[in-house]
Amino acid sequence: MGLLTPDPGLVFWSAITFGILVFILRRYAWKPILQAVKSREETIEYALAAAEQARVEVEDLNATKVQIMNEAKEERDKLIKDARELKKSMLDDAKSKAQQEADKIIASARLQIEREKNEAILQLKEKVAEFSVDIAGKLLEEELQTSDKQKAIIDKYLQEVNFN
Amino acid sequence: MQLIKKLLALIAALALTISVHATDQHQESTDAEFDPMEMIMHHIADAHEWHVISYTNKQGQEQHITIPLPVILIDDGLHIFMSSAFHHGETLVRKGEKYYKLYHGKIYVTDAEGTIEYDDHHEVINAQPIDFSITRNVASMWLSILLIIGLFTSAAKRYRGPPAVPKGLQSFLEPLILFVRDDIAYAQIDRHKADRFLPFLLTLFFFIWINNLIGLVPFFPGGSNLTGNISLTMVLALITFFVTNFSGTKSYWGHIFWMPGVPVPIRLLLSVIEFIGLFTKPFALMIRLLANITAGHIIILSLFSLIFVMKSAYIGFVSVPMALMMFMLELLVAVLQAYIFTLLSALFIGMAVESEEH
Repeated sequence: MGLLTPDPGLVFWSAITFGILVFILRRYAWKPILQAVKSREETIEYALAAAEQARVEVEDLNATKVQIMNEAKEERDKLIKDARELKKSMLDDAKSKAQQEADKIIASARLQIEREKNEAILQLKEKVAEFSVDIAGKLLEEELQTSDKQKAIIDKYLQEVNFN
Repeated sequence: MQLIKKLLALIAALALTISVHATDQHQESTDAEFDPMEMIMHHIADAHEWHVISYTNKQGQEQHITIPLPVILIDDGLHIFMSSAFHHGETLVRKGEKYYKLYHGKIYVTDAEGTIEYDDHHEVINAQPIDFSITRNVASMWLSILLIIGLFTSAAKRYRGPPAVPKGLQSFLEPLILFVRDDIAYAQIDRHKADRFLPFLLTLFFFIWINNLIGLVPFFPGGSNLTGNISLTMVLALITFFVTNFSGTKSYWGHIFWMPGVPVPIRLLLSVIEFIGLFTKPFALMIRLLANITAGHIIILSLFSLIFVMKSAYIGFVSVPMALMMFMLELLVAVLQAYIFTLLSALFIGMAVESEEH
């Protein structure tokens, strides 16, 4: 049947035409297109990888930031705590020193007071003695204005004295 | 769009060579019985002139507007003349001692009266010169490759410069190219060996597809049944055959002629079967494309023939929707057959270049 008999002319022309088509398209179409597509795919892949890397780096950076902030917070807390303790100990120190000083002052004041008191008592004693002597003198003067009384007293003391 | 303008200009230039020809002898045959078989066969067969349109003028004469194509015959020397010299088969062309007659699309050597002789099966027994004419199919093929080259080289121009987002024509063609690359070539052939065959596979796919589509265009310059012609499918299948077997590895030939790992008697049997398989594979490729495309053309033409067989325009209400449906189907078949032909070619090549290890 005519449909199934190859025609040498068409076989010849289609073989040549297809060959030329492959040659031209390979040179002017497939090569540039496929190369460009490949290089584009590589560019995209590279860009994606770079973006991923950048993302990881940013994440790392964030983690580092958080870590640094935490460390700083801890440091601050520690510093504050230390300062508080220092303040407290300084206050305590000062308090106890002041107490001691006060105690010392009080003690020395007591001593002083004691000494002053004793001195005052002594002076008071001396004055009392002087007054007593004076009073006694005046009393004697009064008593001894009459010779009788003098004689009586002399007698008395003479009697008291033993000559042995 | 520049490209489409150029193509239209080319078609217009072709149209300038149109020859209008009146046939008187058809006058008495206008009432003759419409023969759908002859009409269909005429449409799906090759021709020596590019038929544009026919009409009947006021005098009742049938007018054919055709573009004559060059006839190239090798028969005691080279004879080149335009097909218009045949006047659609009505006149003989004398070259040297011989007379040539165009009869049902083929050129025969006849006597001075142009007698055609038949054998018992009504087959013409006249001698045929070797015919290298630029027939309708060849002209249509050249138009298609101009279209393909124009499309893809203009798309390729957009790939110059740094990588960019595809635009326009490029964004339409690129997914198709990538489909052939990734889902046909890379899927069937080892990745590092596939690149060598990519230009062939890509060209094959787009050549078959675009020619299938051109064949579906029902008016000039489409309508040629190029991919439904056995000459073309045979050439394509033969190219696949040669590409496959010239790139066959040692292990491929080993598997064909001395299948490893089976007993010797079975090896002998298998080698015979595998050897036959070498030829049946491209043969199946050839027949599949031819049959699918030709069948589509025949069905659509038959549906339209119904109108003329029934001699009623009302049949058009049945024929046209059905033909429309067939056209839709054929659009799918056009790409499907291109895909299958390319896929199977890639599969055969993939089997031939497969490495030892498996």
